[in-house]
Amino acid sequence: MLLLNLIVIMLVGGALAWWSERFGHGVPRLVALFVVLADLLYLLIAAAGIPREKFSLIPGATDPSSWLVSLKLEWIPRFGINFELAMDGLSFILIVLTLVLGAISIISSWSEDNNRQGFFQANILWTLAGVIGVFVALDLFLFFLFWEVMLVPMYLLIAIWGHEGKAYASMKFFIFTQLSGLLMLVAILVLAKMHHDATGVWSFSYFDLLGTELSANMAYWLMLGFFIAFVVKLPGFPFHTWLPDAHTQAPTAGSVILAGILLKTGAYGLIRFTVPLFPVAALEFAPIAMLLGVAGVIYGAILAFAQSDFKRLVAYSSVSHMGFVLLGVFAWNSLALQGAVMQMVAHGFSTAALFMIAGALQQRLHTRDMNKMGGLWHHMPRMGAVALFFALASLGLPGLGNFVAEFLVLVGLFKVNVWMTAAAALGLITAAVYSLIMMQKAFYGEPNPDMKLHDFTTLDMAAMTVMIIALIWLGLYPQPVFDLVQPVLESLYVEVGTPAVAGGTE
Amino acid sequence: MDIAYQSMLMPLILSAAILIIMMQIAFWRHATTSWILSCASLVAAMLSMAPVAETLPLQVTPLLLADQFSLFFSMLILFATLVTALLAKDYLQHRSGENEEFYLLLLLSALGAIILVSSTHLASFLLGMELLGVALYALIAYPERGHLPLEAATKYLILSGAASAILLFGFALIYAALGSLSFAEIGTRLAQVTEADKQVLVMVGSVMVIAGIGFKLSLVPFHMWTPDVYQGAPSPVTGYLATVSKGAIFAALMRLYVDARLYEHNALLLGLSLLAIASMLIGNFLALKQENVKRLLAYSSIAHIGYLLIALIVFGALQQPDLAIEAASFYLTAYVVTSLAAFALLSILSSQANLEVDDLQSMSGLFWRQPVLALLLTIAMLSLAGIPLTVGFIGKFYLFTVGIKGALWVLLAALVVGSGISIYYYLRVVFMMTTKATADAGEHGSGESGNDFPVVHYSLVAKSMVWLLILMILYLGVLPESFMGYLRGISL
Repeated sequence: MLLLNLIVIMLVGGALAWWSERFGHGVPRLVALFVVLADLLYLLIAAAGIPREKFSLIPGATDPSSWLVSLKLEWIPRFGINFELAMDGLSFILIVLTLVLGAISIISSWSEDNNRQGFFQANILWTLAGVIGVFVALDLFLFFLFWEVMLVPMYLLIAIWGHEGKAYASMKFFIFTQLSGLLMLVAILVLAKMHHDATGVWSFSYFDLLGTELSANMAYWLMLGFFIAFVVKLPGFPFHTWLPDAHTQAPTAGSVILAGILLKTGAYGLIRFTVPLFPVAALEFAPIAMLLGVAGVIYGAILAFAQSDFKRLVAYSSVSHMGFVLLGVFAWNSLALQGAVMQMVAHGFSTAALFMIAGALQQRLHTRDMNKMGGLWHHMPRMGAVALFFALASLGLPGLGNFVAEFLVLVGLFKVNVWMTAAAALGLITAAVYSLIMMQKAFYGEPNPDMKLHDFTTLDMAAMTVMIIALIWLGLYPQPVFDLVQPVLESLYVEVGTPAVAGGTE
Repeated sequence: MDIAYQSMLMPLILSAAILIIMMQIAFWRHATTSWILSCASLVAAMLSMAPVAETLPLQVTPLLLADQFSLFFSMLILFATLVTALLAKDYLQHRSGENEEFYLLLLLSALGAIILVSSTHLASFLLGMELLGVALYALIAYPERGHLPLEAATKYLILSGAASAILLFGFALIYAALGSLSFAEIGTRLAQVTEADKQVLVMVGSVMVIAGIGFKLSLVPFHMWTPDVYQGAPSPVTGYLATVSKGAIFAALMRLYVDARLYEHNALLLGLSLLAIASMLIGNFLALKQENVKRLLAYSSIAHIGYLLIALIVFGALQQPDLAIEAASFYLTAYVVTSLAAFALLSILSSQANLEVDDLQSMSGLFWRQPVLALLLTIAMLSLAGIPLTVGFIGKFYLFTVGIKGALWVLLAALVVGSGISIYYYLRVVFMMTTKATADAGEHGSGESGNDFPVVHYSLVAKSMVWLLILMILYLGVLPESFMGYLRGISL
């Protein structure tokens, strides 16, 4: 019941936060923060109770009991749909990331004066609930349900509390994800139909559908259906165009959740569903996916460099960083995969922090235009230092989590294709360019003496400290994460060969 | 009492109620009494079938068949009529004139709808459809004397009359060729037609029938009347037209299609597929730029009937054709409940003053003014868009499932594209409700139609309808299993 409780706590907590608005403007965020922290604590205590050896166990592809926690309730037997949840090491890490970043996003709403706090916090908690659902749902119907439902509160966050272009941005965000989601729904249903044709039983269970007999052609199409849905969310080139708009227009807390967590659901989907369900087709497709990854890395970096809008720059940098995830997933070896997972976590922290800084700047300056900034370090030394740290993390400074992630991806990719590795490595250089430009324009230079700006508060600094510690820890001692994830990755990746890329090393 | 009479209690009770209300109006004009009488008769009609439900199916004369299918759709019709009647009272309250006949007409057209869904013969099919339609002409123009309702009613009268005439001509040609009007008999004889001249007659007749039914269901390219009539009619009547009229005709079409084994004719399937694709794409496309919620819903209803056709088209291609009936019935139910919710909102908003509140602009800030009403409309929009946790999603899930089972890839592609387009205009409504939260949000038409919409106070009856519809949409969307189980039992 642990997994169900995690979700229910967030749902009920959201309603509670909304209701608590009657006690004052500031009450809902306290309630929301409390709910998220309680959820996190609950998860950690429960996880501590799980026998240690279970963490190193390889979760069986057909046997839910070998997972850390699992739950199966009958839901719509007419179509063999169950309420089936399960958590392994990968889900565990991502849920922890979700809850930590959720708490941070709520803290970030402290300084942003949004009206209708109650409904605002409720939407944040409901989005988080949906994301947790995505990370643990193992019935494909249920997964799709969470996948779609989490869009609605996120849409409302952008549409109600967004900035000037919110109507366009929120609509674009919803339509992109919804339309690609429909493709996935069709793919899920075709898969279930194939299973039904073969066995005479309707089922949407991940464990049942794994290894369904498919013709090569059919598998390729279905794989594409899943792939597109996840790559839109990731977002991968060329499906990324919704992201700069949505991120730029969302309120700070929304951007933090969007960049920190929601993008990871796409990556998670690729690792959990696309590859294991259609290993052969995915391998066949891997060269194209990797090309898209490389294109995303470089294209995102170039566009980031060209932005004068602080938030847009960070948004495009996400496109670039997520390209590494795509590369890591499809390079098809454990080094690159571990890098991809590490990138999901590290990018979550570094981007969330940068969006918080962007939000804080907008709050104080009422602009996101970096040409109107400059010399801010002088006014806000705390924020400047923090920004420098995360800019360095984002450009892949050794010793921080992002470096470990991107380095592992590149090492793994090197075995597969040298040229792509070389191209992707350019991303590291361009990241340095745009990150430093960002620092230069916003924080260095001549300070404007007329400006009176207040620096980060202690609460902001507490949130930042958490993320700084997390990134340093991931950079210096990433082994615990690898230990957690390794058995999962071993279970998901069937050895069907290495991607055949033209111009490979051998 | 004879079992045959018992199985026809529903139309009999309604007929009796119609007579009683007519007498009541003749001697004592009192709108509330008519309202109570009609609501009571609707409830009585719903309850009347409980004792005989076990003994069905039962053929009553060659014209009508009482079976689980007709029982279910009759119930759906009665439910929608009841909701309409309950909401209409508030709506009519502030409008001038005598409102007693409104309920009379409502019952008349519900009677027509019930006959329609029970018909197994072209004669009763036409009778039911005309009874339904003629009462609707009057209902559309009923409460208001403005020019929009009048235009709508005239348009509907003329076009619908023409469509009925074409339909009738089609029936006549088919009868000339086959010599029978009973659904099942038509099917048998259709397979045996060999003479070339008879084949031509059947072909021409079928095209006319398709055009006639296509008009009533407002399938593209027979959809021109829909937006004007939807907009002009009073909101409760529009809701009634969208749900009962279309639902009953579609249900009757399902029976005709299955009984007469029309799915065996490839030319017809091709024709239906083209109609479906055109309706899905064009309906959704035209809805994009509508600034009036009723017009928007009109175009969206065109698209939804297009979606529904998938379940019909796939029927013959399935190993278990009952799945198609189950899917169509579920989708139709989802569509009826959701449309009722959307129009319930419009009629509640319009019940305050003698003014139709149906502009997209007038929804602005509804979220903050009246959260419950906004919740109703949001859920209705999400359900129409097919977002999970609502009944509309399960309906769409069914359509996808049968479409995939029957491998109708082109239709499925149209369904995906159509749904994708539709998100835009459904979300526009939701977005509009979130705007104008405070004075600072002034990006949308910061002019005349600002924050000066009054808060609407609505009666307890309307309030309970609002919650009932919200709960139905969510319940059927979250826990559809028992309803699915029920629908499996109503196969044709």
